[in-house]
Amino acid sequence: MAANMPAAPPAPQRSLQRSWQRFLASELAHNWRRSASAIAGSIIILGFVVMVTAGPYLTAQNPYDVRQLDIMEAFKPPMWLEGGAFQYILGTDQQGRDVWASIVYGSRISLFIGLAAMLGSVLIGATLGLVAGFYGGRLDAVIMRIADIQLSFPSVLIALVSVGWVVYARTVRGATLREKNREYVQAARVSGLPNHKIILKHVLPNVLTPLIVIATIQVGTFILIEASLSFLGVGVPITQPSLGLLIKNGFDVLFSGLWWISVFPGLFIMLVVFGINLLGDFLRDELNPRLK
Amino acid sequence: MFGHLIKRFIQMIFVLWIVSVLVFVMMSFTGDPTFMMVPLDATDEQIEQARRILGLDQSHLVQYWRFLTNLLQGDFGRSFVFRQPALQLIMERLPATLEIVFLAMIMALVVAIPLGVYAGAYPQRAGSRALMAGSLIGISLPGFWLGMVLIFIFAVKLQMFPSSGRGPTEMIWGMRLSFLSWEGFRHLILPAVTLSVGTLAILMSIIRAEMMEVLRQDYIKFARAKGAANRFVLFKHGLKNALIPLITVFGLMLGDLIAFATLTETIFAWPGIGKLLVDSIYRGDRPVIVVYLMFVAFLFVVVNFLVDVAYALIDPRIKVS
Repeated sequence: MAANMPAAPPAPQRSLQRSWQRFLASELAHNWRRSASAIAGSIIILGFVVMVTAGPYLTAQNPYDVRQLDIMEAFKPPMWLEGGAFQYILGTDQQGRDVWASIVYGSRISLFIGLAAMLGSVLIGATLGLVAGFYGGRLDAVIMRIADIQLSFPSVLIALVSVGWVVYARTVRGATLREKNREYVQAARVSGLPNHKIILKHVLPNVLTPLIVIATIQVGTFILIEASLSFLGVGVPITQPSLGLLIKNGFDVLFSGLWWISVFPGLFIMLVVFGINLLGDFLRDELNPRLK
Repeated sequence: MFGHLIKRFIQMIFVLWIVSVLVFVMMSFTGDPTFMMVPLDATDEQIEQARRILGLDQSHLVQYWRFLTNLLQGDFGRSFVFRQPALQLIMERLPATLEIVFLAMIMALVVAIPLGVYAGAYPQRAGSRALMAGSLIGISLPGFWLGMVLIFIFAVKLQMFPSSGRGPTEMIWGMRLSFLSWEGFRHLILPAVTLSVGTLAILMSIIRAEMMEVLRQDYIKFARAKGAANRFVLFKHGLKNALIPLITVFGLMLGDLIAFATLTETIFAWPGIGKLLVDSIYRGDRPVIVVYLMFVAFLFVVVNFLVDVAYALIDPRIKVS
């Protein structure tokens, strides 16, 4: 008898399935399906993620491996122009490097930096925001003053993470101030839970929504800032060029009419950040009407 | 309100002091300027002597004290490269930067206000949606890359505008300005357009959001019920109230513009303070970097202070609290 019963999926998989189904039935998913811009943004991001993970399989050449470069193949235009080769879809640069391959490899660096800077900002900002909002008093005043001071610097003067955290600290603090007087937090206090557990298990999950919205958009912002810093020559090391550094390399030869070396990496940054902003704006409008 | 301003003023001084500490720490731990001063074949003795002259043999605390007192006395050091006071260098280049920053700001406002009002008044129209998509693209693209594309199209291909450098300048009020002659103005256009795009995109979406908020208010309904002309309602009642929050944004935006001007100036070889900073970083010209950072922080803090004052003057609700 028991052998005829369909094998139930293991427990973790089942709960995953259930939450996925719950997500599909939610208002967010419903609105997502009806929003052309949200779908477009998601497709762009998905394509980008696939490209970054599949990286080496999408290109014939490893642009960092000098042995694979052929100086005779340098300065080839994109394949649809005269003199272009099918092998190099978007053309080649000064050293015979495939522009498409450089973009694929550079995207990994750019995305990595964008994500790392965002995570760093979230970690610092959310922690300080939670602490400031939950404990209040002098601690709160000090943290918020530092945030004010930080905000009165132009972003170029300070490195990535040190600018990013302020937004989170302010948002999370505001949300924490609101949540900490709710009944469920009171109940947790009465039941004798230590403060750090109340903060992590009860307050944090309830202030997570605005955090996600800002974090989404910020990855795009950080990709742009990283590109700017790389262009100025104060970014990541030259051995592994990010998208910004590719633009810089192409700038040197732009005046000789070799536009593809710099234009395609820039177009690519624009497309990716545009996709992130599309989805970010959708999430902001859906999840956090107050931020509208 | 007066108390509020005094509090802000003290905070401003405090911020500048923090900046001086940060700049000093940054400079102390990034490289040794001695080797900028001595010849390549200098003996150990000469190097020691140079270190003594620069005061590098003292403790960091003593060095900072000297740094701070010199700053307060208006002595910002001399450029290693140009052999002239670093502050003077910055002041000479400043008009060039202000020129493109202000032109960019004006361009952004002139375009963003009517478009933002339109998009806010008729959010459902296809035109408004297209504008918002355009604004999102404007926010998503790297500004310096846009400058390169503009150079390629308008300078290399069409040869309509010069690709780099500053045109002829004229002395006005002790500043060298270039926008008065046609040739000088032609040099200004591409850098200013490049710089304005990001600001334009952000301004447009802010004005749209503010307009949508304001147009929901009762006094707008009342004005419409009274039979006021549509354009009068939108611009006189709507825009006027939508612009108030923009004042706070202005201070932050000016800082961003000066920061982004660094990139724009690098691309267009525009001889402003941003290009001076980048060149100084490459040359290791420490006094100039220090003065640039201090100066920009000063500018930024002062502008934000003035913005606070203006805001308090315009919005009566702040006076009460």
